[in-house]
Amino acid sequence: MAADATAGKGTFSQPSVLPGFGLTFGFTTFFLSAIVLIPLAALVSMAASSNWHEFIHTVLSERALASYRLSFGAALLAASINLVFGFILAWTLVRYDFPGRKLIDALIDLPFALPTAVSGIALTTVFAQNGLLGKYLALAGIKVAYTWIGVTIALTLIGMPFLVRTMQPALAEVQRDLEDAAEVLGANRFYVFRRIILPTVMPAMLTGFALAFARGVGEYGSVIFIAGNLPFKTEITPVLIVIRLEEYDYHGAAALGCVMLSISFLGLWAINYLQHWGRRRSRVARR
Amino acid sequence: MAGGPSAAMLAELRSRPGHDSWLGAAIRWVLITISLLFLAALLFAPLITVFATALAKGVHTYLAAFDDPDTISAIRLTLTTAAVVVPANTLFGLAAAWCIAKFEFKGKSFFTTLIDLPMAVSPVIAGLVYVLVFGLQGWFGSYLQDHNISIIFALPGIIIATMFVTFPYVARELIPLMQQLGNDEEEAAITLGAGGWMTFFRVTLPKVRWGLIYGIILCNARAMGEFGAVSVVSGHIRGLTNTLPLHVEILYREYNTVGAFAVASLLTLLAVVTLVIKTLVERRGYQRR
Repeated sequence: MAADATAGKGTFSQPSVLPGFGLTFGFTTFFLSAIVLIPLAALVSMAASSNWHEFIHTVLSERALASYRLSFGAALLAASINLVFGFILAWTLVRYDFPGRKLIDALIDLPFALPTAVSGIALTTVFAQNGLLGKYLALAGIKVAYTWIGVTIALTLIGMPFLVRTMQPALAEVQRDLEDAAEVLGANRFYVFRRIILPTVMPAMLTGFALAFARGVGEYGSVIFIAGNLPFKTEITPVLIVIRLEEYDYHGAAALGCVMLSISFLGLWAINYLQHWGRRRSRVARR
Repeated sequence: MAGGPSAAMLAELRSRPGHDSWLGAAIRWVLITISLLFLAALLFAPLITVFATALAKGVHTYLAAFDDPDTISAIRLTLTTAAVVVPANTLFGLAAAWCIAKFEFKGKSFFTTLIDLPMAVSPVIAGLVYVLVFGLQGWFGSYLQDHNISIIFALPGIIIATMFVTFPYVARELIPLMQQLGNDEEEAAITLGAGGWMTFFRVTLPKVRWGLIYGIILCNARAMGEFGAVSVVSGHIRGLTNTLPLHVEILYREYNTVGAFAVASLLTLLAVVTLVIKTLVERRGYQRR
């Protein structure tokens, strides 16, 4: 058992009777470096090798700023819409029983499984001015396809499962006897919601929100069809990166990529922190 | 009051704020209606549109869309990509889960975060990084050109970009599952004289099989459906580097609506099959952690 011995030898890992640490750690590290870390390093080094002035010029150009506003604004708005409707959906699925509940529960994951290009062209067709829903919205004077509203709708669809799936287990964990006790003691529904249900699901809500937001900021496939991609108006940041790349402006693409990558890191950190916070809270609550 | 609460008491309880049943029922129906309307507009309408548009000009036109050699080569390319990516990421997921769930080492949580990283990165970035490494002006660009190796705008590029975006799918399912199931049985097997591989195949693999299937299914769906990352590295050469999702885009941009939605309906069926298998695995008692 050679691998067993190597696992116990160094101070890097704690000794274990199980073999295979060296093999699996080595393989994982190699694969992770080759596929993820080295290519990401190429992005950072490419952005760093362009001169500082040029970098700032690309990253803070009017067109880039307009694209951040759309990407972040629409992702934030979509995540907020999902915060409300995702909660209602999760609540409905956890608390109520109605015909077709199981089917609907299974369909919640469809935006995960559906290729983004498919949801993109389908949403565009539905919300185009002669589309299934677009024609009624057009009557009300609301233009959805090829505007920021369309971008928000696409991001709402993409982010929906994140909110519902993180909130479902949290809602199932809410202690019903606490609710009953509060009601018997005279608390009204709103008070019970605000003081018992909301605090319990808050970490899950915020985690889901962060996940949906992070996914929305980087989303490409489902947005490009419905957005119309007009510079300064309906152009999201990933589209701008693709345009820079098609112009063989590698430095510009890398600079914009770095901005988005930093946001992703920030999002990942926030999500980890929120999940950690949630776990700690639920441990305290169970005591 | 030996027979339980009196009718008057029950009436009093029912009249208390939380127990007025008509309000409860009203809230219940309002919330269910809102949920269904939200899903109808966002999920069901697009879903119906895919099939309605694909079949708008009859079954014959629908089927004709799959007779196109470009569509057939797109199907072949998508299957080839998935056939390489899914086994590779499954192998990686098993190795990563074994390493992380079975051992304690320094920097473990940071290591786990790195594995999750591709989930948080925009698919466009996933394509972009490979262009920067293997593209003409990239790190290895001139070397690859001198040796006549094409990665970007060719099959290898499509495969590695897909590998990037689906990288954590299997590992993410297996790590928490293996951590929760613990090491007791494996330790017992080793102590009783089983080798490492035997322990893995006879003890660990059967324990985590549903989680593994779950991860593979999701990885496969994403691998076959990936658009952004593949779009950046593919070069959109019809019949050569066009995967199914990219083919949908080309047909759609050419105003071949029926063709685009016919191919899209194929991908939708893939998503539905994925959800069915996923639901069956969950029925087996597998719960995501």
